Amino acid sequence: MTEEEIQAIEIRLLLDGVFRAHGYDFRDYSEASLARRLRRWLSSSGCTSFSEAQGRLLRDPEFFQGMLGGITVNVTEMFRDPGFFQCLREQVVPHLKTYPFVKIWVAGCATGEEVYSMAILLEEEGLGERCRIYATDIDLKVLAIAEKGIYPLGALQHFTRNYQKGGGKAAFSDYYSARYDHAMLMPALRNRIVFASHNLAVDGDFGEMHMVLCRNVLIYFKAPLKERVLGLFNACVLPGGFLCLGIKESINGHAISPHFQEVVPRMRVYRKRYV
Amino acid sequence: MSEAALIRAMVLGVSTGGFDALKRLLGALPGNFPVPILIVQHLSPETESAMAALLDDVSALRVKEADEGEIPVAGTVYLAPPNYHLQVEPDGRLSLSTDPPVQYARPSADVLFETAAAAHGPALAGIVLTGAGSDGSVGLRCVRERGGTVIVQDPSDAVCDTMPRSALQAVTPDHVVSLKDLPELLIRLTSAAPRALQPMDEHAQ
Repeated sequence: MTEEEIQAIEIRLLLDGVFRAHGYDFRDYSEASLARRLRRWLSSSGCTSFSEAQGRLLRDPEFFQGMLGGITVNVTEMFRDPGFFQCLREQVVPHLKTYPFVKIWVAGCATGEEVYSMAILLEEEGLGERCRIYATDIDLKVLAIAEKGIYPLGALQHFTRNYQKGGGKAAFSDYYSARYDHAMLMPALRNRIVFASHNLAVDGDFGEMHMVLCRNVLIYFKAPLKERVLGLFNACVLPGGFLCLGIKESINGHAISPHFQEVVPRMRVYRKRYV
Repeated sequence: MSEAALIRAMVLGVSTGGFDALKRLLGALPGNFPVPILIVQHLSPETESAMAALLDDVSALRVKEADEGEIPVAGTVYLAPPNYHLQVEPDGRLSLSTDPPVQYARPSADVLFETAAAAHGPALAGIVLTGAGSDGSVGLRCVRERGGTVIVQDPSDAVCDTMPRSALQAVTPDHVVSLKDLPELLIRLTSAAPRALQPMDEHAQ
């Protein structure tokens, strides 16, 4: 048996153990990404093999939190795929405006870049006063970062270009104050946002929503888990409401597919049918 | 059995000068090329990619952007989408990730090569062509460690020779070729088995 095959067995056992000891279920995560992340975490963990790490993972909650952070962080940026945000402004906002109050769930929000992008967009489109954004992630540490809304100044240039290309209506610098090498987003943006812990692999749905955003999260899941999560989203999106996935994700071939229609081709903005 | 008969998939990494190199390579491969080719070409994450369509026009092969979860098939070339890593799952399916750039690159050839090597072992050929930087070097070492075939463009033939040079430092290649000779090499590496089975095939040209 090759070392790689042995490591594959170790990873299986480790994920089983983690699920039983801590309730976090990574067994249906796509293997290529997960294995790369696990190996990266292992090399920084002080252990020489997954078998060695296993005992500590089961017993030491802090050690487990470290692993969790190492393997769940999704990296994102503000206004990633500017065309998508342009499409929200033109095709989705007019529908959202017909409601007295709008509830939006950003599932798997990681460090919050997409959440604040939505908050800014809704503000500019006149929905700021009558919306609430629920931002959830599996990892409490990244939620704490998201809640602070502080990002490295270096990233802001890129965010600014995205914002402008995505139909931004103001100067992006109006939304943050820079100090030293960091930028803090306007605290007022946070007033519309509720941050909460939620695990897409095991937790239930999140109440009725006018819109669910979950971009570049499903690419990390195998088909059965994808199916489960899309089922959750279908259960909470109201008829006429919207589901937004990453540009390279799709509901095609999944059970919820007949209940939605794609609003703009290739943008992965789906609207739930009334019947 | 020769190395040729084994190859089930090819992975290719290219950066500076990549579009022209791919145009020449894919333009010269026949439509019935017997294995899928997975390609990482570095692009600015902010450009909308029309590359798949442009290359599809000049190649007898089908050239498309890789979709998440799809099973690669022969006669088709899969390009990593801009701003995503392209990976191969253990069952051979393609997957995408938005994990951080590796050595400033997303997509990263190292990520593609490493995951493809784990999935295909000796049945994989890894190719590094012209480009700046060193992406693909670590990946080629993975290909080699799992028994795959390693091909590097002759640095003196490359528009930008740093990527091929870095690859040659990281691993002893099976083949060092010019771009002009690459299509023929790839055809030879993959066609020995089928040709042997159909010696009378008049259309094998």
